[in-house]
Amino acid sequence: MIPAKFDYIKATSLDQAIELLAKHGFDAKVVAGGHSLIPAMKLRLNRPAVLIDIKGIEGLDGITEEGGHIVVGANCTHNQIASSELVNQHVGILATTARTIGDVQVRNKGTIGGSLAHADPAADYPATVLACEAIIEVLGSNGQRSIPAVDFFTGMFTTALEDDEIITAVRFPKVADGNYQKFYQSASRFAVVGVATVKNGSSVKVGITGVSDSPYRATAVEQAYDGTGSAAEHAVDGVDVMSDHFANAEYRAHLAKVMVKKGLEG
Amino acid sequence: MRVTLTVNGKPYSDDLEPRTLLAHYLRDTLNLTGTHVGCDTSNCGACTILMDGKAVKSCTILAVQADGSEITTIEGMANGGELHPIQQAFKENHGLQCGFCTPGMVMTAADILQNNPNPTEQEVRHGLEGNFCRCTGYHNIVKSVLHASELIK
Repeated sequence: MIPAKFDYIKATSLDQAIELLAKHGFDAKVVAGGHSLIPAMKLRLNRPAVLIDIKGIEGLDGITEEGGHIVVGANCTHNQIASSELVNQHVGILATTARTIGDVQVRNKGTIGGSLAHADPAADYPATVLACEAIIEVLGSNGQRSIPAVDFFTGMFTTALEDDEIITAVRFPKVADGNYQKFYQSASRFAVVGVATVKNGSSVKVGITGVSDSPYRATAVEQAYDGTGSAAEHAVDGVDVMSDHFANAEYRAHLAKVMVKKGLEG
Repeated sequence: MRVTLTVNGKPYSDDLEPRTLLAHYLRDTLNLTGTHVGCDTSNCGACTILMDGKAVKSCTILAVQADGSEITTIEGMANGGELHPIQQAFKENHGLQCGFCTPGMVMTAADILQNNPNPTEQEVRHGLEGNFCRCTGYHNIVKSVLHASELIK
């Protein structure tokens, strides 16, 4: 399978990439690792006229500690995140999440910025950025914006990103007690259901992916949390649960409750 | 679009359409047909090569993205007539049946052993999760990778 024709531009700076995005608008797509976009282009589900490669732009692939936060550059690969000492030490749940993505080859190439911008409803990171209350840093023609994770995902494959905006980094607060529970789709290793749980004393934050067309904070679980796993009953309260050939809605809702229970007790 | 890269130690420079996949460039332009295309959807791992030392799926990478990189394919593993220890281990342990997945298995094994020279059986199985064997010959493939880790010492 070969993608439809496109022009390829290797951007050398963020300003250049944003200028190109502003110029080409909806016809342009940004590529870094390409492990969400290229499969979609091969299936001709996506036919950008212009592909803007940001992989070579300096300053987007670092992991640093800034003001009590761990800042992960958008071009960091899943393997880089999984093996980062800073991430393992301060946001262990993020390293765990990265380790569950795809396989060695996919983790060597795919990036956190690409995964978040693509917003696949079965992607892993969305659950974790929601539970961690991470901030998505983006840059566009109108300058820089810091988007809280809870405002970032707006629907299936859609986000709060404007046409000319690029994710530059993700800012994570330090998390002492968190875990990621995942029920794998056995061939693709995507999440049929993925649950990120962050605990802080008697309160809990729960992010869920794979269950609905958009990842969500399980606020009903968070409110009912009593230190045990019983609040898991509320995992899909008020949620329109997806049905597909991997799992129908009833089974998926059941899986969500099981995974949330594991998360709360984990 | 001009793409300049190194494959198995040799420099190449070719004019390619941007939509050319790396797997097709290796197979059709460079005639390195050891890199196989199986599922063509980033699942099966038959197209695995090393790009700047890391295992990647060449059916999901544009050749233009590989500009400036160093590529190793299965053809670059043996040293003249001498098999690479991973290839030797696959040969000795009957690590292949039909052989279609084998190049990808060997290249992924190279990545696994580079990062973890003494893997456990579980670590090998986990490391190979992105490579499918339709003959279901996983038992001997895992045995081969574990044996290769001994040979490389």
